[in-house]
Amino acid sequence: MPVLKADLAACQGYANCVVAADDVYDIDDDGVVVLLQATIDEAERTRVETAARSCPVSALWLEDA
Amino acid sequence: MSGADGVVVVGGSVAGIRTARALREQGYDGPVRVVEAEAEVPYDKPPLSKGSVDADACVPLITLEEAEALGIELVLRRRAVALDADRRRLTLDDGNVLSFDHLVVATGLTPRRAPYDVEGVLVLRTLADSRALREAIARSQQVLVIGAGFIGAEVASLARRHGVGVTLVDPEPVPMGRVVGTELGGRFAALHRRHGVDTRFGSTVTSLVRVGDGYRVLLSDGDVVAADAVVVGIGSEVNVGWLAGSGLLVDDGVVCDERGAALRAPGIHAVGDAARWAGVRVEHWTSAVDQAVCVARSIAHPDEPAAPAPPAYVWSDQYDWKIQLVGDRDVARLPEVVEEAEPFRLAATWHDAEGRITGGVTVNWPRESVRMRAALARGGAA
Ligand SMILES: Cc1cc2nc3c(=O)[nH]c(=O)nc-3n(C[C@H](O)[C@H](O)[C@H](O)COP(=O)(O)OP(=O)(O)OC[C@H]3O[C@@H](n4cnc5c(N)ncnc54)[C@H](O)[C@@H]3O)c2cc1C
Repeated sequence: MPVLKADLAACQGYANCVVAADDVYDIDDDGVVVLLQATIDEAERTRVETAARSCPVSALWLEDA
Repeated sequence: MSGADGVVVVGGSVAGIRTARALREQGYDGPVRVVEAEAEVPYDKPPLSKGSVDADACVPLITLEEAEALGIELVLRRRAVALDADRRRLTLDDGNVLSFDHLVVATGLTPRRAPYDVEGVLVLRTLADSRALREAIARSQQVLVIGAGFIGAEVASLARRHGVGVTLVDPEPVPMGRVVGTELGGRFAALHRRHGVDTRFGSTVTSLVRVGDGYRVLLSDGDVVAADAVVVGIGSEVNVGWLAGSGLLVDDGVVCDERGAALRAPGIHAVGDAARWAGVRVEHWTSAVDQAVCVARSIAHPDEPAAPAPPAYVWSDQYDWKIQLVGDRDVARLPEVVEEAEPFRLAATWHDAEGRITGGVTVNWPRESVRMRAALARGGAA
């Protein structure tokens, strides 16, 4: 199952990921991304990956475990 | 579904490259070619005005290896010079003619320089511009920035972070007034001053003369200032001149329906800063990406078009402020709700007669901006 990864230091709180998939990504009070799921169903890959790609600083990606 | 000639994308920046990538993600298996005038491997633009003067701002949108693996042919250093929409033929500056099943126009903008087109005056749109700007800031004591919109404000912030003096001139009484209104704009003026910028709002440059290695600048308030470098951020022109005679409907951008299909030109789409969707042309990164995904879907799955685009969104990083703007703001009116908290953060929202949110501004408050975007996506209910 694909594993969700985030570069918390790179995150700028632009929050496009949350708007694209708020069941997977959230943002904390300091404006840093919070991953709500550690692994992603294969069936959800495209949607979650599209949301990851909407990050302007490429702080999100999926890895194959 | 794909024909033999496939998709040709004109313009290899964020809108064009994201279209090409999204085509593959959505299973399009025909040829995909991206024609890009620049020689650089495609890179992203927001970083060009951010970060630090000492760090190069090159963030690639795709690597040559990725392009190869995805079957995306990058035709770099080639400019599209003519389009025949009816016959579906695109002419390049080397005389080559490409046939296509689908064409995506993603040619973006060129920054305006006039009337400040004096030797050495800088603008900021490309990686080369950003490198020249960083070099100029590094060797300057004082920089003059003309225009206090997004680009001008971020350039002023970049220069101040490097300890260089900045004079910021804008004919408007406050910066960002057009996007946040006069009242909040006043706070942006104070932000510049707090960071040591010599602000000249309500003033214009009446004469700009090269003197030695620098410039002598006469302002409409009567002052004369010296600058080692001058940066102009006063808006842009849409790159649609090459579409003259193409048969496309062009009116400050390629005129498209609400999903980016060019009007009266089957098979032709437009995305990003050069596209006018349902009457609106947006010059922001997130719209370019959303539009790219939407158009790729229409091409790859014509029977299952994408949902209409989410509300407009743009961020800007100025000094220690993270600014996020969403939706539509009727800035002639004051925002209905303004919330502030310490350490400094701010959220302001505009509402319609029924009390539904139409848009908002946040500073250092990403969570609140997400909440606004979610409310807008639900149709404005709180
Ligand atoms: C310095 C800077 C900072 C920014 N910061 C932010 C930000 O913080 N937040 C935000 O939301 N937005 C920001 N933006 C705006 C965002 O970058 C743009 O909305 C985005 O780049 C639009 O992408 P585009 O692909 O439509 O157009 P462009 O990026 O303008 O790309 C068009 C491409 O087409 C090529 N081209 C043009 N004509 C031809 C031709 N005839 N043939 C072949 N190729 C051609 C050009 O060389 C160029 O590579 C910023 C922009 C700049 C310049």
